[in-house]
Amino acid sequence: MQEELAIRVEGICKSYKDTKALQDISLDIRNGEIFGLIGPDGAGKTSLFRILTTLTLPDEGHAEVNGNDVVSDYEAIRRTIGYMPGHFALYQDLSVAENLDFYATVFGTTVEANYDTIKEIYSQIEMFRDRKAKNLSGGMKQKLALCCALVHKPDVLFLDEPTTGVDAVSRKEFWTMLARIKASGVTIFVSTPYMDEAGLCDRIALIHEGKIIDRGTPAEIVSRYPDRLYSVRGDNMFRILNVLRPIDGVLRCSSFGCECHVAVPQDGPDATLLLAALENAGLHGCSVEETEPGIEDCFIRLS
Amino acid sequence: MKEIFAFILKEFRHIFRDRRTTLIVLVMPVVQIVLFGFAISTEVHNAVIDVVGDMSDPEVRKIVERIDNNEYLETGEFLHSMSDVETRLRKGKAKAAVCFENNFEDRLHADGRGVVSIISDGADPNTAQIVTNYVKGVIQSEQTEINSSMTAATGSVSMRPNVQLMYNPAMNSSYNFVPGVMGLVLMLICTMMTSVSIVKEKELGTMELVLVSPVKPFWIILSKLIPYLVLSIVNFVSVLLLAVYVMGVPINGSIALLSLVSVVFVGSSLGLGLLVSVISSTQQTAMLLCGMGLTMPTMMLSGIIFPCESMPVALQIFSDIIPAKWFIIMVKKIMIQGAGFQAIIKEFCVLSGMMVLLLWVSIRKFKTRL
Repeated sequence: MQEELAIRVEGICKSYKDTKALQDISLDIRNGEIFGLIGPDGAGKTSLFRILTTLTLPDEGHAEVNGNDVVSDYEAIRRTIGYMPGHFALYQDLSVAENLDFYATVFGTTVEANYDTIKEIYSQIEMFRDRKAKNLSGGMKQKLALCCALVHKPDVLFLDEPTTGVDAVSRKEFWTMLARIKASGVTIFVSTPYMDEAGLCDRIALIHEGKIIDRGTPAEIVSRYPDRLYSVRGDNMFRILNVLRPIDGVLRCSSFGCECHVAVPQDGPDATLLLAALENAGLHGCSVEETEPGIEDCFIRLS
Repeated sequence: MKEIFAFILKEFRHIFRDRRTTLIVLVMPVVQIVLFGFAISTEVHNAVIDVVGDMSDPEVRKIVERIDNNEYLETGEFLHSMSDVETRLRKGKAKAAVCFENNFEDRLHADGRGVVSIISDGADPNTAQIVTNYVKGVIQSEQTEINSSMTAATGSVSMRPNVQLMYNPAMNSSYNFVPGVMGLVLMLICTMMTSVSIVKEKELGTMELVLVSPVKPFWIILSKLIPYLVLSIVNFVSVLLLAVYVMGVPINGSIALLSLVSVVFVGSSLGLGLLVSVISSTQQTAMLLCGMGLTMPTMMLSGIIFPCESMPVALQIFSDIIPAKWFIIMVKKIMIQGAGFQAIIKEFCVLSGMMVLLLWVSIRKFKTRL
């Protein structure tokens, strides 16, 4: 059982002065899975990543990566992991090829020896191999960073918010790449503030204000959602929210882009009642439909 | 080992791809050495003046008394031979010596002329100039007093001082600033450039990725230091070439010794740079710390501009902890006085101690985590 775990986190706490960044975090990440840490900015995702990549020390608790302790065996961990920090951390004044060569050499290998591992991604940016990293687009920078993190064939890949600030198409492409990397046997621990990416992970943990509020497969988490959920559409979202929130039995009401999700208990008010309330308030032409909860709904309920 | 070369290559790329860094590293030293040295003024307090002459001669005694009463001067030892004068000057125990001919008073009254010579240490031309002028002034006033007490019938006397500069007879001020600029340039490149280059990696977050690699932190540090060590050597050579062929400053001592001393100084500066990079978290902090905290005190207190001797005691003590001060003293001794290792043994030990301490502390303090 123990060998199956790529990462084991037990009771990790970390504080920065008065802020409790992480409180009693425990997680098990299995070999060969994509594990997503989902939470908004400031939830403590980067803090946990830095502890697991041996860059900071936890205040309490302990963690293992590939069976090596993050505090005492940090040198062993540094040999077996790939890390892509949340910000672009490659050398801006070096070219694509120079960056890749540098990281390959630093990790004791060469680009040629591990070309197969990165081929698929690198081939997309190889035409810019002499371009300086600072002159790459966001999506290309991300690909280069991923190449650099993969060039030494790590066992575990840590990706801290890899898709933040990347356009929707590149994000999709990126997750396709992750699926292929996973297929080659690499364990991927990824964090993201985008709830819609949760479904692309094998298992996820929701993190909020330094605490894990739920964990499991995306389907499990969604199936645990106890309430009935309506999707309300209309022209004036701000007024719709104000009308719906005070209604008896409405638990939560939050806007989701151009619609709003209204959570009610299973025996709570139904669609007709909500629609009537909107009509009464003079909001015509609204639609209310029952909908399936997503990860974001679960997150909102738990946070 | 390949990892280290990758690091060093990367570091050189950083330096030569940024035009400003290249300018600072390679052009600034040349500009500085050419520009410095002008408009440098110095003041001297309590300069020690040795006396060679017959102390039973009343006229000699009168002049010595005047020297003693002068607020800028102080009489040192009474010596018997010229070789003693040289030893004292070389050791820095005295700033100048006044030598009176035998039977000074008798000759003065008999011939109306007295021969007196002032010998000062030309290795430090600013101080030498000032001290010589003070001593000349003292002799002048004594002469005026004697003359005013004489009548037209008895005639007048003249004591024409004969000034002699040791080590730097042409009183070339570049003799003074070349060692100073050498110290400043090496310090600037080693300390400022090293600390900025490390802090820059911290600030941009690239250090985060490098630390996650299996390369041991000690090698990361070493690979950061080596490029600047190489550049310092390049600069050391270019400053020396400029000094010799453009300014005409001689290298009287051994070049090997000079190089050894420079390497020790570069080592201590690199240690300081590392220490600054450990303390500061942004490039601005590192710059300010180096600029205000290191370069300014080095310029002000290490004797480049103001002689250490004329500083208040507190500042003199403070100046002792500046590595550049010891380096500059040694360079002056080796280049201009042609002194051997024997003469610089104290300064060499102090500087070596500083280097070991600084490197040890900064390597121990270097964070292997964020």
